[in-house]
Amino acid sequence: MCRLFAITSSDPLSPMVALRAIDVMKEGHDGSGTGMFMTDLGGDFEKLKTEPILSGTFTNEGVKSLDRFMTECDFLVKHELSIRPNKQPPPGTPKRDYYLIRAYEYPPAWRDLNATEIQFRLMMMRLQLRRMGEEDGSMMIFSFWPDVIMIKEVGDPMAIADYLGLDRKELQARAMLVQGRQNTNYAINIYACHPFFIQGLATMTNGENTAFVPIREFLMSRGFPGYIGYQSDSETFTHILHYTVNHLALGLPMYKHVITPLMDGELAMHPDGQWLRRLKQTCRPLIIDGPNCVMGCLPDKTLFMVQDSKKLRPGVAGGHPGMYAFSSEMCGLDATIPARDKSRDFQPMKYDTVTVGPERREVEIWNQWDALHHPH
Amino acid sequence: MEPVGCLTPSTLSVKDLPWIILWDKEKCTLCGRCTAVCPVRAIELGVHRKRAINVSIGLEEKPGNLFTVYHGIDQRTDPVHACVGCGMCNLVCPNNCIIPAHNEEIDKLRFHNNVGGVPRRRGGRRNVPGVILDQIKFIRISMLTDPALDAGRHEFELRTLLGRILPPEEMLRVTQENGWTPPVREIYPLIIGSMSFGALSPNMWEGLQMGVAYLNEELGMPVRMCTGEGGCPPRLLRSRFLKYVILQIASGYFGWDEIIHALPEMKEDPCAIEIKYGQGAKPGDGGLLMWYKVNKLIAAIRGVPPGVSLPSPPTHQTKYSIEESVAKMIQSMYMGWGFRVPVYPKISGTSTALAVLNNLTRNPYAGALAIDGEDGGTGAAYNVSMNHMGHPIASNLRDAYLNLVKLGKQNEIPLFAAGGVGKSGNLAANAAALIMLGASGVQTGKYMMQAAAGCLGSESDRCNICNIGICPKGITSQDPRVDRRLDPEKVAERVVEVFLTFDTELKKIVAPLGRSTSLPIGMSDAIGIAEHHAAERLSIRYVV
Ligand code: SF4
Ligand code: SF4
Ligand code: SF4
Repeated sequence: MCRLFAITSSDPLSPMVALRAIDVMKEGHDGSGTGMFMTDLGGDFEKLKTEPILSGTFTNEGVKSLDRFMTECDFLVKHELSIRPNKQPPPGTPKRDYYLIRAYEYPPAWRDLNATEIQFRLMMMRLQLRRMGEEDGSMMIFSFWPDVIMIKEVGDPMAIADYLGLDRKELQARAMLVQGRQNTNYAINIYACHPFFIQGLATMTNGENTAFVPIREFLMSRGFPGYIGYQSDSETFTHILHYTVNHLALGLPMYKHVITPLMDGELAMHPDGQWLRRLKQTCRPLIIDGPNCVMGCLPDKTLFMVQDSKKLRPGVAGGHPGMYAFSSEMCGLDATIPARDKSRDFQPMKYDTVTVGPERREVEIWNQWDALHHPH
Repeated sequence: MEPVGCLTPSTLSVKDLPWIILWDKEKCTLCGRCTAVCPVRAIELGVHRKRAINVSIGLEEKPGNLFTVYHGIDQRTDPVHACVGCGMCNLVCPNNCIIPAHNEEIDKLRFHNNVGGVPRRRGGRRNVPGVILDQIKFIRISMLTDPALDAGRHEFELRTLLGRILPPEEMLRVTQENGWTPPVREIYPLIIGSMSFGALSPNMWEGLQMGVAYLNEELGMPVRMCTGEGGCPPRLLRSRFLKYVILQIASGYFGWDEIIHALPEMKEDPCAIEIKYGQGAKPGDGGLLMWYKVNKLIAAIRGVPPGVSLPSPPTHQTKYSIEESVAKMIQSMYMGWGFRVPVYPKISGTSTALAVLNNLTRNPYAGALAIDGEDGGTGAAYNVSMNHMGHPIASNLRDAYLNLVKLGKQNEIPLFAAGGVGKSGNLAANAAALIMLGASGVQTGKYMMQAAAGCLGSESDRCNICNIGICPKGITSQDPRVDRRLDPEKVAERVVEVFLTFDTELKKIVAPLGRSTSLPIGMSDAIGIAEHHAAERLSIRYVV
């Protein structure tokens, strides 16, 4: 089972904080992959809140094609953090020429576009680059979005951190998702490493998505170009969230109702049962069966965690105002925020969604039995 | 036998028949039960003269004949009275001294059972044992990478939806505008398929209805049953149990006069309306109720004079095109119940199913599509239609589902599959395979007759005389003397047992795949088959 750790803090943190937490939970993952999502950036990128940042790995050729492509699109490099490891990679990790984190300046032609259009175009550029990379293996693109950095690599989290020098001070963020991968049924493919990203949203999951095929079919048939990939069955969780939030304009609580709706008998007793029943019917192909714990981050930097409808995976939330973390295991939380009121730790059960908002004041618990704020 | 000079082309011997009666003279007490029970009068009491040659030793007495008479059971060999292998004689024989045996070679009767130039008609199913569904294996088992669910302890919700489901964006818009949302029923995924009142005996129908009512009201299982074309008894139409019933309308419109008249007095809406355009057992052919089954009661319910054969036309005569057939008829049916009842068509499996389906996707009212494959059963059809017409359900259903996936409408028009589900006794496995191929639910009729009422029919052409009104088990008969053999209470008990068993078995299949809160509709990665071409055709895994 993969191990997950998410942290949000008022002060920027080094990714090492999260990676160490994953390392503490080492018994639970085999170090076959490491993935990291960072947002609300500090360090060098602190001032570049609106410029899109491209994260990915490249061969020398890949960087050249990237430059050609971005120039054609009229994007100028504004800031760059390139990692060119000169040591031998840890065992199992492939040798790559570049790990690139690059902030770009928007082309003047984009100035008058509305936010939706910009967001769509950014996604399309990411997909185009990804396709180019897939053709010749010259690049892998993880994200292209303002205030977001992603790093993914095959190998043990601490070994990767050491190899890439992730403790550098330029790299800091206030909100992070990190996963230590337990390879199960798929060949190790970097695109299969969590977290998954689409248009500012990111989620990571542990456990297998047993309903993967019908969910993938449903998403891919929505006619939205961003719903592709699926090297991992868990990528569907990110896209379901995106579909719920962006396409249906329903909030995070509805995500829980979409993936793990109440049973028919329960709906009969729910104050908004009638509406929720319709939602359940119309989103029937998106129902997951677990075992899954999903942690994620919304574009407004809210962190959340939800469990499958049987709560077959562990997960705990805790911290203190200013710093909260979600962890697959208690030891990860203990190692990272030892000075907290442990009696206030919360382990979400099958009906719960926990969130920590961008103000990082408290862990909010929202129960599926709660009445909806804005019933339609 | 008659003198040789009287041999006709259709003069057959016992050896020419599909079923040969073995009778044991030693044990028989000549009680006569077997001859009385035989539905086709294939056996009769025979009086035989037996000659013994008496040759005494020595030369004094001349050899002489000793004539005795013995009584025994004779098998008749004329085509009309050929044994159908039902085995009722064996069932009633107190001494177990009579039994039908299958002729080990292909019979000659088949060349002669068209007396008067009328081709053979019968009930039952395509006379080919087994279905490809039996070969589908459930290959994805969660164990160590993820805990499997516990079929015995975890909560399961084995429910499906019947009715047009709006896509999410549309649902939100319609709700906001307080618009009309098509009615959707949450039902159990195994439906008792259409078997008409008329095709079935009153006792059988009553038994099924009681079983369904018990499942719903005592066990909380929302099981539904389709009436078939033949209307619905007036009391049922006016009772609260109507909500467990799917009313079928077919090309003969039998029974719809009564239904329309009962509309103002209905306490509940029916579950749904099924418009039958075709039937898997006899594609391109309409319903057929032979005159000897049309007694007073049946005639009254169907709104016809008694004692006349009731062939429904192959198509709905008032409709000319698919647009009309589908759109107008669906809409008028919706109107009948104020747009509160889902309406869906049922077609026989066919290579043109996708054309029908594509038409339905553009019709915002179509509530589902039921497809009945070549292995579907019937109460009466021409043997040639049953054995040779139709499309297998697996590939037809799969094509339809994948076509919906391409259109992004896989959740909007639920597909229901029928035709041979449980043909070899593997009801839950067949149903689960169809669901994973893309069906939202399955319908079965014949399995219910076999399991709940003890139907003797089989694909080795046993019995299959449902069409002549004297079903030896009282299931498809319309003669009170035979009907009373079937106790409705006992049928109801068996219906309940069948569903409980099915439920447990379905859980045993889906739990290890990690599915419990929703049916594994289209979960095709969980199934495989050891036949390469079948795997390719069905887009599932080839496993050996
Ligand atoms: S098997 Fe049936 S049809 Fe044949 S003789 Fe016995 S009772 Fe008659
Ligand atoms: S039922 Fe049995 S014992 Fe009676 S006549 Fe027939 S074969 Fe003989
Ligand atoms: S037992 Fe009755 S229903 Fe079954 S095949 Fe024979 S006649 Fe038909």
